[in-house]
Order: sequence, then structure tokens, then C-alpha cells
Amino acid sequence: MILKIIAIILALAILLMAVVAVLNKKLIVSIIAAGAVSLFASVFYLLLAAPDVAMTEAAIGSGLTTIIFFYVLNKIKKDRLENV
Amino acid sequence: MFKKVFIFIVLTGFALILFKSYSALNPEQGLNEVATRYAEKGPDEVGAANLVGAVLVTYRGLDTLGEVAILFLSASIIGFFLKVKLEDEKAPRKVRKTSEILATASKIITPVIFLFGIYVFINGHLTPGGGFQGGAIIASGLVLMLLANPVKKVNHSIISVVESISGFSFVILGITGIFLAGGFLDNDFISLGEFGKLFSAGAIPIIYIFIGLKVGSELSGIVSNLQETQKEEI
Repeated sequence: MILKIIAIILALAILLMAVVAVLNKKLIVSIIAAGAVSLFASVFYLLLAAPDVAMTEAAIGSGLTTIIFFYVLNKIKKDRLENV
Repeated sequence: MFKKVFIFIVLTGFALILFKSYSALNPEQGLNEVATRYAEKGPDEVGAANLVGAVLVTYRGLDTLGEVAILFLSASIIGFFLKVKLEDEKAPRKVRKTSEILATASKIITPVIFLFGIYVFINGHLTPGGGFQGGAIIASGLVLMLLANPVKKVNHSIISVVESISGFSFVILGITGIFLAGGFLDNDFISLGEFGKLFSAGAIPIIYIFIGLKVGSELSGIVSNLQETQKEEI
């Protein structure tokens, strides 16, 4: 029972973060929200008894992807400023 | 207006497809045929306590090889397109000073993270995890190192040497399986050992070590390539 409640809360948090990632005007907020989606998803995988997938999701989805998005965002901003 | 209608139609169609597959979903009351075969014969044939790892490395080892190859391809494409110009290397990058807490903590935590990644892939045949997970954890340690010291230069020659040697050894081990055991990536050519011990499951720990090193160096290469193209912060 308590696992079900936790799962529902996690699913709602994933949905909320996904909506924030899509609708927010600031790209930085979107990137962090997308990382949070992966973080909640990895906890969800743990609840679904898939610790392998949870590890991958936490390390790649919320760690590496977020930092790569930040690097790319920084580069895009700089190029745009140089060209204007 | 037309655009919004179009988006609405696409979303409705998508929802219909999802609803159809949801309503047709009939959860199985047990393992299916293939899974039963793996679960029953796996421990005797492969000798790995982590059945997921056994499936990934031996039964479906070719898929893992394909995944590693795809990762290698994407890492090399990123490295190719992000080639740094020569004049950029001389001017040091101006960065904001990192906070004292992050700088101090990263010195203590980074080696622990590396060690944990190595633990995950060495114990891949016993506990959840394996080569991919361990490699990703190692790359996360590198990310922490780069966050604490953004101008740090990562040695690319070491990364590429480790990556090439481990990828090559992975394929060699797979081919050894053809000659000494049942087939490509069969782990039976080293004695299976005692079930559940560190030195068991034949070649799986060795293959996982190579996969872990390869994935870790590839992901670290991607991150450090991107880090080098950041000239200055705005």
C-alpha cells in the first residue's frame, strides 16, 4: 500500500517536472527539470525492482545528460553573441 | 490556429494509440518461455549470481557489443565535430571561482566515486550493475572533478588508449569463446568456479571490466571534449 502511494507521488512529480521542462521560458530551468525527471524516474525503477536500470538512469540521465546540455547551452549562447 | 489544431490532432492520435495498447495489455502471470529458460538453466550454464548480467554478457552478448559500438561511434563523432582550433588552446579560459566547499569536497569524493564505479563493474556478475553502470559512475566522477576545476585539462591520449585496448580485448574474448567454448562471447572457457564468489562465472568479470573501462573512457571523452570547447563563460 505504502509503495503504491510513493509510486503515485513519484509519477505525479515526473509529470510535473516534464510540464515545467516543456513550458518554462528559461532554458536553464528546463534543463534542470529534465534532469529531475530522470532522477525521479530512477527512483521509480528502483521501486519496480530494476536496480540496474535505476543506476544507469541516475548516472547518465540525470548526471551526464544535464552537464552535457549545460555545456552545449553555454556554447550556443556564446556563438549567438559573437554572430550578432 | 491551424498549427494548434494540427498539434491537437497529433496528440489525440498518439493518445488513441497508447490507449489501445493499454487496454490490450494482458499482464503475464509468470515468466515467459525465454525467461523461464534463462532463469532455470542460467545459474548452471553461466554461473553468475546476477542473472541480468549473465543475460547481457553471454546470452545477449552480441547486443551489448552493438551498444558499445554505437556509443563508440557517437563519442568519436562528437570528438570529430568539436575539434578545438589551435589558437584557442593558448588563451586560458576565464571562469568564475568555484566555491570552497565544492573544491574541498570534490578532492575527497572523486576518488571514492571512481572506486565505487570500479566496484560496480568488478562485482557485475554478483550484484546489480555491471560494465555500463560502472562506466557511467566513473564518468560522473570526472564530471564532479571538472565542476570543481573547470580549466583542468583531461589527457585524451590515455582515454583513447584505454578505450581502444578494452574494446579490442572485448572482441578478442568473444572470439576466444568461439574456439574454446560454445560460441561467440560464451564465458565457459574459464572455469565457472563456485557460484556467488568473486572469482566465478567464467569470463563474465573480465568482459565486464573491459566494458566498464570502455564505457567510462567513452563517456569521459564526450564530457571532456565538450569541456574543451567552452572558451569563456558569459
